[in-house]
Amino acid sequence: MQQIINFLIRYKHFLLYILLMLISLGFTIQSHSFHQSKFFNSANWLTGNIYNTSFNISTYFDLDTENEKLVKENKRLRHLLFNKKNETQIVLDTANIRYTISSGQIIKNSYADQRNYLTINKGKKDSIKQDMGVITNKGIIGIVENTSGKFATVQSILNEHSNINAKIKNTNHFGSLVWNTKSYTTVQLIDIPKLVPLHIGDTIVTGAMSSIFPENIPIGTIKKFDLDRSENFYTIDVSLFNDMTNVKNVYIVNSLDREEILELESETINND
Amino acid sequence: MISNYFFINFIRFVLLVLVQVLVFNRLNFFGFINPMVYILFLYWYPIKENRAAFIGLSFLLGLSIDFFSDTMALHAASTTTIAYLRPAIMRFIFGVNLEFQSFKLSNSTKAQQFTFLTLLIVVHHFVFFTLEVFSLINILLILKKVLIISLATLILCLLFGTLFSVKKE
Repeated sequence: MQQIINFLIRYKHFLLYILLMLISLGFTIQSHSFHQSKFFNSANWLTGNIYNTSFNISTYFDLDTENEKLVKENKRLRHLLFNKKNETQIVLDTANIRYTISSGQIIKNSYADQRNYLTINKGKKDSIKQDMGVITNKGIIGIVENTSGKFATVQSILNEHSNINAKIKNTNHFGSLVWNTKSYTTVQLIDIPKLVPLHIGDTIVTGAMSSIFPENIPIGTIKKFDLDRSENFYTIDVSLFNDMTNVKNVYIVNSLDREEILELESETINND
Repeated sequence: MISNYFFINFIRFVLLVLVQVLVFNRLNFFGFINPMVYILFLYWYPIKENRAAFIGLSFLLGLSIDFFSDTMALHAASTTTIAYLRPAIMRFIFGVNLEFQSFKLSNSTKAQQFTFLTLLIVVHHFVFFTLEVFSLINILLILKKVLIISLATLILCLLFGTLFSVKKE
């Protein structure tokens, strides 16, 4: 017994180090294989408020360019509205609504890591929930991962874990959108069969398989494509429409059908 | 005197965390260079202090930066490692001088201070990027990141070091 106590006393610093290292290694390995931790993220009260204060100061510096972007988007939407062909009455019936949109602002951006997360200044109080889509006028940004009262973290498309259903515009060939962590301007579209005719410059949009994003939200254009190792599927480099280094105003898309779809899918699996 | 030390280190802790997360994490020089200046906390921390407290404090420092940057415990793991290895590194660099009661970091030569800082940074970055990338296939990527970002951190730490150095009597 005496010897054990002596051992503990002599190596107490080493044991402390091992203990702390094991804790952090546990967290790290968990983050490699699972989603972000529920408590361990920048959406919590303290970090959220510090980021928000910093955002409130810095937001004034690029109001001009942000306003210009928003006016441009309004212009485009007005153009669509005025040139609409069939002037039927717009029916505002809740039964017809599949998606609701709310707006938010990015208060923390990152794109240099392997697993990038953004923080937005909307949370549970604004009825933001996990697995809502986040987009800008140009294209998709990511998916809401964790929420606190006033803030939420968003898993960026520039994240190893990111996996979004996408397709080639005007066709029904769909694949998965992933990121190989190399460049923040390109993501990869995989699992597109070899027989699909591809051209550099083709547009990639979100697919209908996703229960998170509406169909046909723009993502980017084809930059380059190669066959993968099995020689049956293409790996396509997609250059993003969004400049991920400079995003501020975002829209959060809530799919009202999502719960029903998920429920149905789990029931189908259970019945098998 | 003790409360004074405590106070200075507390202020340093908070300021370094804020500077790191609000300024240097957003630098993204060339798209990926984010220097980690908070290592200066371990460089500046008094030498003859309780070692267990030092390791615990470093863990907390790393953890608070992890909270802000959504990196789980990468910063915590690498900071704890250099906190544990610091006495060994110091013995390696300062040798017998370390045993003297009057030893101070500001009394040692510039070359020694420089090597001490460099070793801390390189070990920290190596642990950090190994854990971040987490695959041996990408060993070249790890080495490239360690090399370039260590250099950036070193330059900024030296600048900060001269800016906030305690005046010699």
